[in-house]
Amino acid sequence: MTDIVSMQRLNKYFGDLHVLKDIDLTVKQGEVVVIIGASGSGKSTLIRCVNGLEEYESGELTVDGEKLAPKGGSQKALATIRKEVGMVFQQFNLFPHLTVQMNIMLAPMKVKEASKSAAAETAVRLLDRVGIGSQADKYPSQLSGGQQQRVAIARALAMEPRLMLFDEPTSALDPEMIGEVLDVMRKLAKEGMTMMVVTHEMGFAREVADRVIYIHEGQIVEEGKPEDVFDNPQNERTQSFLSRVLKH
Amino acid sequence: MEFQFQFDWQAAIDSIPFLLKGIPYTLLISFGGLAIGFALGIFFGLLSINKKWFLRWPATAYIEIFRGTPILVQVLFIFYGLPDLIGSPIDPLAAGIAAIALNSGAYISEVVRGGVQSIDKGQSEAGLSLGLSRSQTFWSIVWPQAFRRMIPPLGNQAIVSIKDTSLFSVIGVGELVRQGQVYIANTFTAFEVYFVVAIMYLCITLSLSMLLRFVERRGLAST
Repeated sequence: MTDIVSMQRLNKYFGDLHVLKDIDLTVKQGEVVVIIGASGSGKSTLIRCVNGLEEYESGELTVDGEKLAPKGGSQKALATIRKEVGMVFQQFNLFPHLTVQMNIMLAPMKVKEASKSAAAETAVRLLDRVGIGSQADKYPSQLSGGQQQRVAIARALAMEPRLMLFDEPTSALDPEMIGEVLDVMRKLAKEGMTMMVVTHEMGFAREVADRVIYIHEGQIVEEGKPEDVFDNPQNERTQSFLSRVLKH
Repeated sequence: MEFQFQFDWQAAIDSIPFLLKGIPYTLLISFGGLAIGFALGIFFGLLSINKKWFLRWPATAYIEIFRGTPILVQVLFIFYGLPDLIGSPIDPLAAGIAAIALNSGAYISEVVRGGVQSIDKGQSEAGLSLGLSRSQTFWSIVWPQAFRRMIPPLGNQAIVSIKDTSLFSVIGVGELVRQGQVYIANTFTAFEVYFVVAIMYLCITLSLSMLLRFVERRGLAST
């Protein structure tokens, strides 16, 4: 299988703070990789590097065959990469001035020059797929958090990405809405989508992930199949992290 | 001897046709100036938040200079000062429009800057992550939201600028106040005429306020 993401000795700083330390990571096509770790460990920064929302200082990063240069280098590959990589944010980041349907139609029309009718059709199909076909003409603020996040997923899918990044997609949701978003993600994973997911939902990680990565202070300290990482963690930091998060 | 002042309604009514001739000038200077000021405001406002210092610096200089000096000095400078430099007189109407444009442009730059900066960074990130270019992201995602927030302060600036045009009587543009002065010079009915002049300004500014309130309500309905 081909690698969609390949990181080698990737380093990232915020000023003096060394947030990612020599990260080596590959994600194969169709793989679901879940990244766990305490807040501030660098896990969000890691996936934000993949679509260039964060620039990195040194190392190598290849996404879907395109080399993304470190800070100061040519960012030409970025346009291509962003077309191929979808992202779902913790705060949804839907466009409040556009209807749900227009939120989904915008990128296909602007970036892929899809016709309005084709984009509208895609939007309706995707909204059905995430279970909110009846909300197309509403504005984001009229929807619940769970519905908004499902729109955000549909919006990313409209670009037919080869890879989906999820940055704590359920962390801003009320507990009763987490399930509906995870269901959509689970379905997506089953359909073969390549996914990198930063989450605190350990149940989801155990069930859906092909591989779980534990990050501590900017370093990958443990990596493996979910059952191995969760049931038999080798690193003591992983053990202590898991004992804290799995207790409740 | 007892002095009794009587408001002379007839004098007030008689002055109206003459004063009305000033209104087109007042409106032309106000809205002509504001239209250019809006363009200047977008241009310099966006420059002022650019990452590159050599773009940001001239914008900041422009904003500080025109916000930091009185508009009366600005229009006198343009009308009496600039002709010395360029060697030909400047039409007072053009000088008035230029003064409103440059002055309101500086304030609108700040309105634009504030509006754009108030939009959450996540909005641009969402646009970029979908593959939109920086300019597509700005113009189709950030700007429409920022503009909506800019409507109240823009309306405020429009009202300030309309009233500022009254100062341009000093350069002899036949706007409302100038018309009033000319009329009073012949009739000596200052109280009545300035009263009518004030009412006319109020009519213009109140209609604008109402229009803005209507636009704002419509804008808010869709968010």
